[in-house]
Amino acid sequence: MISQGSYLELSYWQVALATLLILLNGVLSTALRLGLGRQLLIAALRTTVQLLLVGLVLQKVFAWSHWGPVLGLGLIMVLIAGWAAVRRTSRRYPGIWLSSTLSILVSSWLIAGLALGAIVRVEPWYLPQYAIPFLGMILGNALTGISLGLDRFAEALVQGRDQVELYLTLGATRWEAALPAIRQAVRTGMIPILNSMTVAGLVSLPGMMTGQLLAGVPPSEAVKYQIVIMFLIASVTGLGTVGAVLLSYLRLFNHRHQFLADTITNAG
Amino acid sequence: MILAPRGSIPLVDVRGLGRRIPNSSHWLYRNIDLNVAPGDRLALAGPTGSGKSLILRAIALLDPVDQGDIAWCGEPIRDASVPTYRRRVLYLQQGSPVIEGTVADNLKLPFSLHHRRGQPFPRTQARELVAGLGKDSSFLDSHSNNLSGGERQIVALLRALLGDPTVLLLDEPSAALDPQTTASLERLVQSWHSAAAAERAYIWVSHDPLQAERIADRVIYLKDGSIVRSS
Repeated sequence: MISQGSYLELSYWQVALATLLILLNGVLSTALRLGLGRQLLIAALRTTVQLLLVGLVLQKVFAWSHWGPVLGLGLIMVLIAGWAAVRRTSRRYPGIWLSSTLSILVSSWLIAGLALGAIVRVEPWYLPQYAIPFLGMILGNALTGISLGLDRFAEALVQGRDQVELYLTLGATRWEAALPAIRQAVRTGMIPILNSMTVAGLVSLPGMMTGQLLAGVPPSEAVKYQIVIMFLIASVTGLGTVGAVLLSYLRLFNHRHQFLADTITNAG
Repeated sequence: MILAPRGSIPLVDVRGLGRRIPNSSHWLYRNIDLNVAPGDRLALAGPTGSGKSLILRAIALLDPVDQGDIAWCGEPIRDASVPTYRRRVLYLQQGSPVIEGTVADNLKLPFSLHHRRGQPFPRTQARELVAGLGKDSSFLDSHSNNLSGGERQIVALLRALLGDPTVLLLDEPSAALDPQTTASLERLVQSWHSAAAAERAYIWVSHDPLQAERIADRVIYLKDGSIVRSS
């Protein structure tokens, strides 16, 4: 059915039809004995329930159009992103949750604020139609970079403990001793967004641009938005990863230039 | 600030040092008192698990401790002075790593650090030390990947010596080395010490009582994290 706008509105029956496609994966899993049936079912259910719930919440927030719910929702998204970033890491240490959440909060809100206030110039700045998708895209990518960065940082320090301590014994400061691991971690965190930027539009159409095209936005306009969002994501990933890694560095190297390797544990 | 050594004041003074297993009441070592004066050749001996290496790491300020103090020339060591202290009191790890590159790259490593910025690499001294080991100067161009275990340990020791420490903390430097390389390593340390015996000192951790008696004037025996006797 063609709606009043320039996009095709989907009925719940059509959504249910798409759900049947998951059954195809289920058949493949059974035929090849992949053992993914249960995981597939849970993942499909989570996708459906989570997105329906988000749809309900966003419907309310969009209708309200007040800065309070927008900021509240933004905060909840940040807390979930901070938690999810750490969950993906294979090593833990005291303060990793705070390092992750704080760096995601500062980097994403700062960049989203700049985007809304200075680049796109949304009036009012908290307009949910812009603020929430922007923050969502920024957070989704920042958490990937931060989790990769945190994971790599701990791994580089554990694997390279002898070298870190070699530097310290020769009279290096804690910064000099940690710098190779810091560099490795930030580079690793930046890889996904660098890859995405390199192939943007060639291998796949990015999500935001796809959404706008489906909503009837002219391609030339959708492209402009996508370029902006790619650069926002790159900057937030850089800022967030550097922030998380530096906060972790301060936790793992104390004022006496000691590497607190014993505080790093394996996850789960 | 890190003071210069003065007369009879011990270089390193360790008082009541103790460390617990984190979140436990079990002590890894406790009530450790020892001091190192200029000229001292001290050995820490004891069975595996007696705490020798941990105590040496604590003296290098590499690990936090739960009790006790370490002073340099009678003064406590402030946070900002820890890197300078470690340059003076240099700890050689057991199986000390070599970095990717040539032997010369490894020997230059201390001179790439902030606190030695502008200080030239003592090339002549490096050549002399290598010649003293019976190797020609082409050894300096050998790649670290091609070094034997013994050669790696020797390179690590040369790197430490070129850093011009006042006190060397040697953590079983000859463990897993053949007798010939062990003898070379012992000679190298002895000649470094005797070149300025009025100023320099070392603490050598060894699980071999014979080696401890051979290389030290004073031996401290440890068991279960405590000093049991000193000779």
